[in-house]
Amino acid sequence: MPKEVSSAEHTTAVRTDIKLTEESFLTDDFVRQLMSVGEIDILIGLPTHNNAKTISAFVAAVQDGILRWFPRERAAIINVDGGSRDGTPELVLNAAIDDAGGRIFNRQTLRTLPSISAKYGNSVERGTAFRTILAAADLLGAKAGVVISPESTNIKPEWLPALLSPIYKEGCDLVLPTYARHRFDGLLISNLLYPMTRALYGLRIREPYASEFGFSGRLGSQFLAQNSWNDEAERAASEVRFSTAALTGGFRISQSFLGIKPHLERRAADLVPALRQTIGVLFSAMESTSSLWTSKSGSEPVPTSGATQQFVLDPVRINRKRLGEMFRSGVAELQSVFQSILSPDTLAELQRVARSESDDFDYSAELWVRTVYEFAVAHHKAVISRDHIIQALAPLFRGRVLTFLIENRNGSAEDVESSVENLCLEFERLKPHLLELWK
Amino acid sequence: MREIIVSELTRAIQELARDFARFLPRLIVLVIIAFAGWLVAYLLKQVVRSILRLIKFDKLSENAGASQLLSKAALPSATELLSRLVFWVAWLGFILLGVSALGIFGLQDQIARFFDFLPRLFTALFIIFFGLLAASFFSRATLLGAVNAGFPSARLLSMAIRVIIMVFVLSMAFEELGIAEQTMLVAFGIAFGAIMLGLAIAFGTGGKDLARRFLEKRFVRGNKEEENEDEPSPL
Repeated sequence: MPKEVSSAEHTTAVRTDIKLTEESFLTDDFVRQLMSVGEIDILIGLPTHNNAKTISAFVAAVQDGILRWFPRERAAIINVDGGSRDGTPELVLNAAIDDAGGRIFNRQTLRTLPSISAKYGNSVERGTAFRTILAAADLLGAKAGVVISPESTNIKPEWLPALLSPIYKEGCDLVLPTYARHRFDGLLISNLLYPMTRALYGLRIREPYASEFGFSGRLGSQFLAQNSWNDEAERAASEVRFSTAALTGGFRISQSFLGIKPHLERRAADLVPALRQTIGVLFSAMESTSSLWTSKSGSEPVPTSGATQQFVLDPVRINRKRLGEMFRSGVAELQSVFQSILSPDTLAELQRVARSESDDFDYSAELWVRTVYEFAVAHHKAVISRDHIIQALAPLFRGRVLTFLIENRNGSAEDVESSVENLCLEFERLKPHLLELWK
Repeated sequence: MREIIVSELTRAIQELARDFARFLPRLIVLVIIAFAGWLVAYLLKQVVRSILRLIKFDKLSENAGASQLLSKAALPSATELLSRLVFWVAWLGFILLGVSALGIFGLQDQIARFFDFLPRLFTALFIIFFGLLAASFFSRATLLGAVNAGFPSARLLSMAIRVIIMVFVLSMAFEELGIAEQTMLVAFGIAFGAIMLGLAIAFGTGGKDLARRFLEKRFVRGNKEEENEDEPSPL
């Protein structure tokens, strides 16, 4: 692997010395590899785990994007692997820039694009992977970084300029994606995370929980230093914490449209972990940022290149009956838990909804917002175990999903967008209710 | 004759007066110790009450399900109850100290036994309180896990967990107190064994279809795909 100029190496060595404490979790071998790269402008972080089938094409797309849009910038691909057994890291390392130059463009380049791989464990730990990427970016003095999930198999080279240019060329600190999603995909984001983040912090960020995003070196270093990496729960949900840190830290945020978000296979059992990683983090962040969000009202759009959101209307098979059953059994069985969390009026209203026939089922936006706000306050006051509060939200979320499905069964993309927008406005309208309960 | 009677009576009265004179200072000591004990116990009660309020003990007790039990039994809040308990135990301790100062034969051993018993009483109360807390936590965790997994009879399962933990906790507390030690141990063994056997039989016969479905869902790939069609992706 060709080396950068010696001054860069020297700078890296100095940085290593200064930040030895911070980066002590990095292996010596990894630090040595980083030092051999020298100082860089752009870092591309690839957290992988058994992605051998798709990783070569994925890396080729990344290299294509860098060579095409950032031909003069010093860049490096940092692969952090959670113990792949299919040779994923080797494939990343073997995808040398010479190969890329010949294979993709059929042209010679005057530069290098080193790839480094580090194994952080034997299982997927997104937080540790992200921490390693941030530490590498910090150590290499990267001006901009991008994290791309190899699960996004439809990656295009255009994603690189979309996520990096606003940072590298326009001075943004965080670039989050927007996608064309299936109308019934990512319902936790569209029905809870997005509207609530928007109502709290006053910025219309469509994907606060992103698997692809760009970040400035400034934001990365600050988050690396401030986040509680030793806390397993906090580490596990670092993406949402990262977005929240940018939102609350006065950093410049923008969005870029990346096209279709591939449908990922997730099971019903994934809902509770997803709630922990998103809503649990948001509720926790409300504690430390209360002085900020309590003074905000309304919301503003975020600078966005491309569409803010698009919906795909392909037919999809969803068992609405099961959703209804799980909601009803949840309301019935968890009554004692809800009594600790919800106000008597909200609980009575929920029980009325649970008793209604399938045709008349309507978990209204207003009731949903009141429910979520009362859950947030119960979380704040820790009326019971905070994790139990998050778990108790799962059956109610299924009820809300059922109403969303019924409302948008035959709706157009505009109808779906309008439905999400109305929910957001409801979250903003009822924010005084949250403030009143929070005191 | 008359003189003898008068002399004996005088002697008896004098002895009584002497005994009383010997006893009176001890009685005064008892009263002083009891009064000082009341003051100390009262202060202790106030301190304990403040500490419990500071650490939000009532909320902890509510989480443990102890508050509901107290409320049903028309008892005051957990904080109030515990601070009153501390007051009475402390005051009783002082009174017994005072009583021991009276030097009444046979009472000393009983008093010593009482003081020996106190640490075990507090340990038993400690075990019961944290047992209630654990029972409440784990039964709620079971309830939530079962509901979110779509498990039928989630409440029954949660109740079973609570009962098992409480039986275990009570047997520990009684063992600590030394009350019906053997009986409690045997009763616990029988109850625990019966519950486990019952669960095993229920799962093996009545729940065999459920077990099959569970194992299929867990290990057979085709069913995962089927399940994916049930619910939209949350993220």
